[in-house]
Amino acid sequence: MQVTSSVREPLITGGKTVKDVSHDISRQVEGAPTKSWWIAMAISLVVLAYGFYCLCYLLWEGVGVWGLNKTVGWAWDITNFVWWVGIGHAGTLISAILLLFRQRWRMSINRAAEAMTIFAVICAATFPFAHMGRLWLGFYWVFPLPNTWGSLWANFNSPLLWDVFAISTYFTVSLVFWYMGLIPDFATIRDRAIVQGAKARAVVYNALSFGWSGGARTWSRYESVALILAGLSTPLVLSVHTIVSMDFATSVIPGWHTTIFPPYFVAGAIFSGFAMVLTLLLITRSVFKLEDYITIYHIELMNIIIIVTGSIVGIAYITELFISWYSQVEYEGYAFYNRVQGPYAWAYWSMMTCNVISPQLFWIKKIRMSIVATFVLSIVVNIGMWFERFVIIVTSLHRDYIPSSWTMFHPTMYDIGEYLFTFGFFFTAFLLFAKFFPVINMAEVKSIVKATSERTEGAVGQPVEGGLPRH
Amino acid sequence: MAHHSIVADELYIFRPETRTKLFYLLGVGIVLFVVGLIMAIYGGDGHHAEEHAAVKSEQLVANATANAVDQEEAHAAEGHAEEGGHHGPALWVKRLYTTLWMNNTFFVGLGIIGLFFIAIQYAAQAGWSAGILRVPMAMATWIPIAGILMLILYFVTGHTIFHWTHADLYDADSPAFDPIINGKGTYFYWLGSKGGFPTFFILRMVVFFGGWYWFFITIRRRMLAEDNEITNQYWYANRVTSTWFLIFFAVSSSIAAWDWVMSIDTHWFSTMFGWYVFASWWVTGLAMITLIVAYLKDAGYLKIVDSNHLHDLGKFVFAFSIFWTYIWFGQFLLIYYANIPEETVYFIERMRTSPYSWIFYLNLILNFVLPFLLLMTRDAKRQLSTLKLVTPIVIVGHWFDFFNMVTPAVMQEQGGVGFLEIGTLLIFLSVYLLVVLTSLAKYPLIQKNHPMLQESLHHHI
Repeated sequence: MQVTSSVREPLITGGKTVKDVSHDISRQVEGAPTKSWWIAMAISLVVLAYGFYCLCYLLWEGVGVWGLNKTVGWAWDITNFVWWVGIGHAGTLISAILLLFRQRWRMSINRAAEAMTIFAVICAATFPFAHMGRLWLGFYWVFPLPNTWGSLWANFNSPLLWDVFAISTYFTVSLVFWYMGLIPDFATIRDRAIVQGAKARAVVYNALSFGWSGGARTWSRYESVALILAGLSTPLVLSVHTIVSMDFATSVIPGWHTTIFPPYFVAGAIFSGFAMVLTLLLITRSVFKLEDYITIYHIELMNIIIIVTGSIVGIAYITELFISWYSQVEYEGYAFYNRVQGPYAWAYWSMMTCNVISPQLFWIKKIRMSIVATFVLSIVVNIGMWFERFVIIVTSLHRDYIPSSWTMFHPTMYDIGEYLFTFGFFFTAFLLFAKFFPVINMAEVKSIVKATSERTEGAVGQPVEGGLPRH
Repeated sequence: MAHHSIVADELYIFRPETRTKLFYLLGVGIVLFVVGLIMAIYGGDGHHAEEHAAVKSEQLVANATANAVDQEEAHAAEGHAEEGGHHGPALWVKRLYTTLWMNNTFFVGLGIIGLFFIAIQYAAQAGWSAGILRVPMAMATWIPIAGILMLILYFVTGHTIFHWTHADLYDADSPAFDPIINGKGTYFYWLGSKGGFPTFFILRMVVFFGGWYWFFITIRRRMLAEDNEITNQYWYANRVTSTWFLIFFAVSSSIAAWDWVMSIDTHWFSTMFGWYVFASWWVTGLAMITLIVAYLKDAGYLKIVDSNHLHDLGKFVFAFSIFWTYIWFGQFLLIYYANIPEETVYFIERMRTSPYSWIFYLNLILNFVLPFLLLMTRDAKRQLSTLKLVTPIVIVGHWFDFFNMVTPAVMQEQGGVGFLEIGTLLIFLSVYLLVVLTSLAKYPLIQKNHPMLQESLHHHI
């Protein structure tokens, strides 16, 4: 038997029953798309189309259409790549690590967060592919295949190759995890379609649910697989951004070679991932009227994660800055002096303001309970996290060891266009998901609706030894 | 639904037999310590030193490669000041001071992690752990003792332990002048003159221990007050205070690691180091909590703790052993891969130098391989017997971890684990346990009015 302490706040409000859960969440899958959905979809498709044009032009003309030069060989492409991979961390963190920590509030948000993760990882993957210029070569560069160039093999010493393995593993496991969670919910939609007499929908969702029977044995297997996948995903959440950080940290570039990078990148990834989850969920909950499932309390808890991870990132920034002085290594010292004072100081201070200072506002309860403030700050955080990667990459490269080659980086419309392409893709995919898939994990939420909804108040958390009431 | 168990008051009695056993342990520690010290004073060490020196030169001859050159250069950079200026104290004094400093730094962790664990439980609103909170609370009574010891030890051993305390490093006219150390001198000497009294360093030490202690007594006062009143107010208040403590600890634990451990290798630096020391302290503290809980269960106490709670404690030790390994590997791989001499010297001294290389590998076996394999299955985490096997391994493993962080920097190739080091460990361990168990016996063993206690009683995983 499970007991819930009286000091815990309810996770589901509005006195929902199991039936309400199915209805509230299946509703938007069953109905016709709303006008606002069509408008949002149209905008996303326009952005996607423009981005696609830029991408095609890039592939036709070559990487030269980007603003890269011989000093700054990596800029927006890898900044966007790391930014998207980072965003792709929240989903699996929520569904795996929070599952291991038995955080039941994850149940209302894990579905959307996992979907976001998958789309974000796809967006990230487009950048290294585009940077290859000739996509088919990627085949030889990333897969250890025998080839006609004799002894030329994939370079196993390169963290870029480790990235290929880390991200593809992460993507596969996340996709399986996400889809597996969807199966019982697809079956719920199918069952409702049968009752409602919508034949076509019943056939489609039955196929999507692999003919889920809902028997006790099926559920038992489902739960074992969920736990195994959670166990597998946990090290993956850490490994992906650890290896992304090693793309930089294994080098001998001042500002890149620093040992704190792996855990600090992971914290930053969770930070930006949660910010993106908030941005998306705040819109979703209001459009689909899911305020009783994604409550202010959920938002508050996510904001607390943002404070914690934002502060860890802040400590890491200050540690790097301090050690660059403490080490008394001239190059290291200059790299950081240049960040703080040089021509890209504006980027550095934008990063500091958005990532370190702005999340501290969430210490104020009023702000972390405010939907408007949370929405604004979630976007601010993601701007900050973009600048973080830009600062790390471009400020360390643009003034390298030879002052005669010092230069600046200026993005072209194709740098921007590629970035827009991923935005177009991301929002198109998310809108499709939100319309056709249940955005909240119905099966999981039903399992807690009794224990943590407002209706059962008073039945829980009695004092241990009778007598005095708790106050 | 409202199925509530009544919890009877439970008081831990620190039996004279247990106390006697710990005094025996202390006695054994003192005997080993004295024997070790006598051996160190009368010759043992000189012989050792020669032997190691011989091995060292052999190595250098054997691999006259770029690595050997690196090693020489790095050693030259590290040691030139000492060779240039002054002769250190006798070898046995160095050895004695090193082991005292190293043990105290290690045991600081076993105190502060008690408080850190409690703070995490409050801040994260954890329910499962409500029944065992008195164990980490007792562990944290070590904080003030560790603080006072550290302050005294600094004034006794500091000049031997910390290379940066030598005044001629900062004297531009001296042959021992070291521009790098001179550059970072402000970090230790701010408010005073370089090479004089390390005001800033001591100030930090006092503020950290003072802050930790203040947070500890504040949180403990409320935990104890809750025993007499059925109210949630103390829980809410402790949640807030715990959050403030966590902020303070996040900053202070990193800086403490730079101060008390990293600065011993005065030239060397690693941005990961603060989190590395934290990871080591944290998993050792978790192992100690688990071990004491297991011991109490064995002695018939803590009836409300069952295999579900043990499972969670086991998971913590398992997970954070992996976390420590992750941090260890992150730091090692990046330094190894980039191969910058200023940084690589740290691992060359520990991995390739004869008195320490076995500890370097042992560290990974004790702190990663064994806990990983032994605690992997669900059943293993739920058994007292496996937990009582693994937690001492982890505690001893991290003692070796600290040994290898501190000793090579002070002793160069003349350090080692002998009677002296083992004796000091036993002395610290027995006194630590005497203090912790005495404190544990002072207050009820169960926090019976904790608002999460019912959750903990009905905890099934």
